[in-house]
Amino acid sequence: MSAAVPDLERFLKRRSFIELSARDRAEALLDPGGYHELLGPFDRLHSPWLPMQGIVPQEDDGVIVARGRIDGQPAVIAAIESAFQGGSMGEVGGSKIACALELARQDHEQGIPTRPVLLLETGGVRLQEANLGLAVIAEIQAAIVALRRHVPVVAVISGMVGCFGGMSLAAALCSHLIVTRQARLGMNGPEVIEQEAGIEELDSSDRQLIWSLIGGEQRHAVGLADTLVEDDAVAIAEAVRDAFRRGLPKQPRSEQVKLFLERLAAIDPSQPLDGKALRALWDQGATA
Amino acid sequence: MNGECRVESRGQIWFQALTGRNGLVPGGPASVRRGDAPLGKETARFLAVVPDPQNRFPRARGGEVGLQEAWTLAKYVRETIDADANGTRRPIIALVDVTSQAYGRREELLGIHLACAAAADAYATARLAGHPVIALLVGRAMSGAFLAHGYQANRILALDDPGVLVHAMGKEAAARVTLRGVAELEELGETILPMSYDIRTYAKLGLLHKLIEGVNADAPSAGEVERIRGELIAAVSDARSSPNDLRSRLSSAAAEENRAASIEVRRRLTEQWSVA
Repeated sequence: MSAAVPDLERFLKRRSFIELSARDRAEALLDPGGYHELLGPFDRLHSPWLPMQGIVPQEDDGVIVARGRIDGQPAVIAAIESAFQGGSMGEVGGSKIACALELARQDHEQGIPTRPVLLLETGGVRLQEANLGLAVIAEIQAAIVALRRHVPVVAVISGMVGCFGGMSLAAALCSHLIVTRQARLGMNGPEVIEQEAGIEELDSSDRQLIWSLIGGEQRHAVGLADTLVEDDAVAIAEAVRDAFRRGLPKQPRSEQVKLFLERLAAIDPSQPLDGKALRALWDQGATA
Repeated sequence: MNGECRVESRGQIWFQALTGRNGLVPGGPASVRRGDAPLGKETARFLAVVPDPQNRFPRARGGEVGLQEAWTLAKYVRETIDADANGTRRPIIALVDVTSQAYGRREELLGIHLACAAAADAYATARLAGHPVIALLVGRAMSGAFLAHGYQANRILALDDPGVLVHAMGKEAAARVTLRGVAELEELGETILPMSYDIRTYAKLGLLHKLIEGVNADAPSAGEVERIRGELIAAVSDARSSPNDLRSRLSSAAAEENRAASIEVRRRLTEQWSVA
């Protein structure tokens, strides 16, 4: 019987998380039955700036905010839809994320243990809304720092867009970061580095090199991400539940200033350094 | 401003003008300046990132916020929080003239995203702890560098000067990414406010507490420095009498006009949240 071989059953039922829409991703992480979307497409809150530039807006501005439960506890998920404008952060979508996090903090101040999850597939600021994209990202960062004192703020980067720009800082501020092997996490996209610093600094077409620097497996191996999971909706949902069961980290990664300054002092920038060499220097146990 | 050779950066000029010293910290990187100086009846901590042609990280020699700069900012801000934990929280003044985050292969590998997050975290934590955090924009406030150094402030002040720029991406790079020409981008910025590089247009978004006119940003007179000190004191006082979050950015008349969508999102999401 299949019950005797749960691993096989799980394998057969495996559903790619990467291939899901943001809406389906959010639903896959919530306990069955309770999915409820806030500011959905019928609320018709779209970017005021895209139509002025001849770009068709989307009525949810590419960000899904969903309520439901995780492990029986109230939860909110903000999921970025990378299929719309590359998951870029504009005024409306960014404000939805910032406000959802602010409301979750207010819940905690009133004794409601709302669990926040961010699904980050984004190139960063939407350049058509440049300064407002940057401003809302600062607001998202402020909201994460204020909320993560109460409850772990859990982020998932599953791929294939990855998480870049100002939103990579938001990911780094989260209490617990879940990645797949298909994820990438970096501040400057490879193309931007190649443009700004030259192809001798980084050849953005060298995919293997890029993944060895900023891919999910590498980020996990050096302790810059907490959980590495397969591209499987069930496994990712379990990793999210597990992150909340673990509770608040002893010290969030972005507060570990002494450790990282010591690590930086030990780096000689005149010597070459690759992903493998860094793994030897920073094994994952070191930040725990 | 690109290509213009300046002997001293605006960050250095204003650090010296407001603190009377160069802010070099023994044992610390020369690119991050720290110093305490009187501000009204109290002492404030001033921080600036400045160019360092000898920076051991080559991609952070021109005033960029690199790995070392971001982690060091986090260290200096957190030291201030710890020192004042049982007393008056002194004002923290971020003097902002940052060209960009450091772009490099090594920077990505070593987690510049985390370094910049740590700096933003420290400033946000200082604000939440009751320190009035004031950003004074004296030069460029670009992209991720501004997120790390200044954008978590309770109040943002800026000099009304053509060299004061806030943007998500340099003009040339933005033109390439959006498949537009630089001239077209500049034209767009005139009608589409958030696309503008100009500080006066930025001020219309409601994010600035004050745009300060009539100050020579490159060579301020003693009187001009005194005026800026007065503006900083007023901003500190305003921050102390207000909530320690960023809501003031959404409550100005300018925000009501040009960030109407942000305000509407918050209003309706709050409404739907409580009935969910």
